[in-house]
Amino acid sequence: MNTLKKFLGLVWMVLGPLTMTFLFIQAIDKVGLTHSDIERTNTILQWAIILFIFLPISLGLMIFGFYAWKGEYDHLPESSEEL
Amino acid sequence: MSDTLPKNNIFKVIGASSLGTLIEWYDFYIFGSLAVIIGHQLFPEDAGASALINTLAIFAAGFIVRPFGALVFGRLGDLIGRKYTFLLTLVLMGGSTFFIGLIPSYKSIGYAAPILVLILRLIQGLALGGEYGGAATYVAEHAPKDKRGFFTSWIQTTATLGLFLSLGIIVITKNILGAETFGDWGWRIPFLLSIILVVVSIYIRMKMHESPMFSKLKAEGNVSKNPLKESFNNKANFKMVLLALFGATMGQGVIWYTGQFYAQSFLENTCKLDFNDSRYILLWGIAFATPFFVVFGAWSDKVGRKWIMLSGMLLGILFYRPIYQLFLDDTNYTKVEQADILSASPAQVTSVLIANSTDSLRTVSTKVMLRNGASFNKVQTDTVSATKGILLGKEVIKDKVLPTPVFWKFVGLIFFQILLVTMVYGPIAAFLVELFPTKIRYTSMSLPYHIGNGVFGGLVPFIATLIASFSGSTPLSGLWYPIGIAALSLVIGAIYLSNKRDENIND
Repeated sequence: MNTLKKFLGLVWMVLGPLTMTFLFIQAIDKVGLTHSDIERTNTILQWAIILFIFLPISLGLMIFGFYAWKGEYDHLPESSEEL
Repeated sequence: MSDTLPKNNIFKVIGASSLGTLIEWYDFYIFGSLAVIIGHQLFPEDAGASALINTLAIFAAGFIVRPFGALVFGRLGDLIGRKYTFLLTLVLMGGSTFFIGLIPSYKSIGYAAPILVLILRLIQGLALGGEYGGAATYVAEHAPKDKRGFFTSWIQTTATLGLFLSLGIIVITKNILGAETFGDWGWRIPFLLSIILVVVSIYIRMKMHESPMFSKLKAEGNVSKNPLKESFNNKANFKMVLLALFGATMGQGVIWYTGQFYAQSFLENTCKLDFNDSRYILLWGIAFATPFFVVFGAWSDKVGRKWIMLSGMLLGILFYRPIYQLFLDDTNYTKVEQADILSASPAQVTSVLIANSTDSLRTVSTKVMLRNGASFNKVQTDTVSATKGILLGKEVIKDKVLPTPVFWKFVGLIFFQILLVTMVYGPIAAFLVELFPTKIRYTSMSLPYHIGNGVFGGLVPFIATLIASFSGSTPLSGLWYPIGIAALSLVIGAIYLSNKRDENIND
C-alpha cells in the first residue's frame, strides 16, 4: 500500500498543473466564443473567478502529491503528539 | 474523559450551538434559494441567463471567502476562545443578511445594487467560515469519546435544517403574498426576518460557557500564540490539512451541494418545474432524510468514519447521472398527445414596449391541464417590430406541476441524494476534530472544511450551470464536475485515510 501511495503521489503532482492548463485553455476558448462586450465581460469575470480559486488548490494538490511521493503519508499520526 | 458533561448538559450545549449555526445556515441559503428572483432585481431586465449566472457567482463569492473566514475567526477562536468568537460571527451574519433585504434594486441604483449585495455576501461568507468550525469543535470538546460522532452529528443537521427553514419561509411568504408581490418586494421578508432569529440566538449563546478543553489550555497557559503559524508552518500538521481536504471534505462538499442545491436548481431551471413544486419536493426529501445524519454519526462511533463517508461518495458517482436523466424524462412534455390533454385555457396575450425602441415584446401564454393531473404553461415570446414585422420566439414549456405519483417519485430521488449527504456529512465533524490537536483545532479543521464545502461544494450550482450552458453540452453535462471531484476524493480517501478513531482529543 505504501508503494501505491508513493507512486500515486506522482499522479497528484502532475494532475495539479494539468488541471490548470485545461482550465486556462477552456477560459481562452470560451472568451473567444463571445459575441458582445457584455457577454465578454461576463465570461471573463466567470472564468477569472474559477482560475483565481483553482490555482492555489492545484498548487495544494501538487504539494500533497510531493508529500505522498516522499512517504509522508506512509504512517498517519495516531496521537496528536506526533503532529 | 473527566472533562465531559452530564447528558442533560451536553444536550444544552448542542441545543445552544446548533440553534445559532442553524440560523447562520438559514441566512446563508435564502440567497441561493431566491437566486432567480434576486437575479431579476440586481441586473438589467434584458440580462437573461447571464443574470442567473452572475447571481450564482455572487452566491458563490460567499462560499469562496469562507476559508478566509475560517482563518480569521479560527485564529480568534484559538486565541480568545470558542464562545466569544462565534458570538461575533452570529452578529456579522445576521446584520449582513438583514441589510441584503434592504438593498434597492438595479432599477433604482443601477450596478451599485449587485456591488452592495456582493459586499454583504462576502461578509456572510466570512462569518459562516468562522461559525461552523467553532460550533463543531465546541460540541466535540464537550462530548464523551465513544459518542463524539453521535453528538457532533446534531451540529451536522443544522446546515440541512437551515436550508429547510429557508425554503419553508420562502414558500409560506410567497403563498401569502402571491407570486407577483413576492417577486416585486416580498422576497425581502425572509432576509429581514433573520434579525429576529439572530437576536434570540445571541441571547441563548450569551449564557453558554467556554469549552472545557480550551478553558483548561488557558488555565495552563498553553493557548496557541499564533495558531495560523502552528497550523500551516508545521509540516506535519499542514500535510494533515491537505489530506483532510483532498481525501474527505472536497468530495463531501460536492455531494452536499449537488443533492441539496444543484438538485433544486436543476428542477427549477432545467426541468422548468413550478416554483412551489420544486421546493416542496426538496422540503419532503429533507424532512425524511435529516434523521440519518444522527444515524450515520452514531454508527461512525462504532465502525469508524472513513468508509461511511466514502460509500456516500461512491453512490453519488454511480447514481447522479441516472437520477438526473429520470428528472429530465419525467418532465418532458414536448410530445404530449392530444388525447392526454384534459383542457387548455384560452391564450393570454400581453405586450410590453422595449425601452428606447419602437419594437415590443408579445407574450402568448396558454395553461394546459393533462388527464394524469399534470399541468404546465406554454409560453411564446415574439418580437413585434415596426420595420421587420413579427419575429417568432421559441415556445417554452414552464411552471410544470407534476402528477402525484411522479411528484413522490421525485421526492424519493431527492431523499436518496440527501441520504448520501447524511453519509458523507454526518460523521465528518468528528473525523475533523479527531485529526487536529486542541490548541490549533479551530483553525486547522475549519480551513479544509470550508475549502471543501465552500469552494468545491459551493461552486457546484455555478460551475455545473456554466458547463451546461456551453455549446454542444447536454443538460446532464454539469454533473461531470461533482462526479469528477467526488471520484478524486474517493480514490485519495480510500488509499490515504485511516479508519482509526483518535480517542483522546484532549491534547
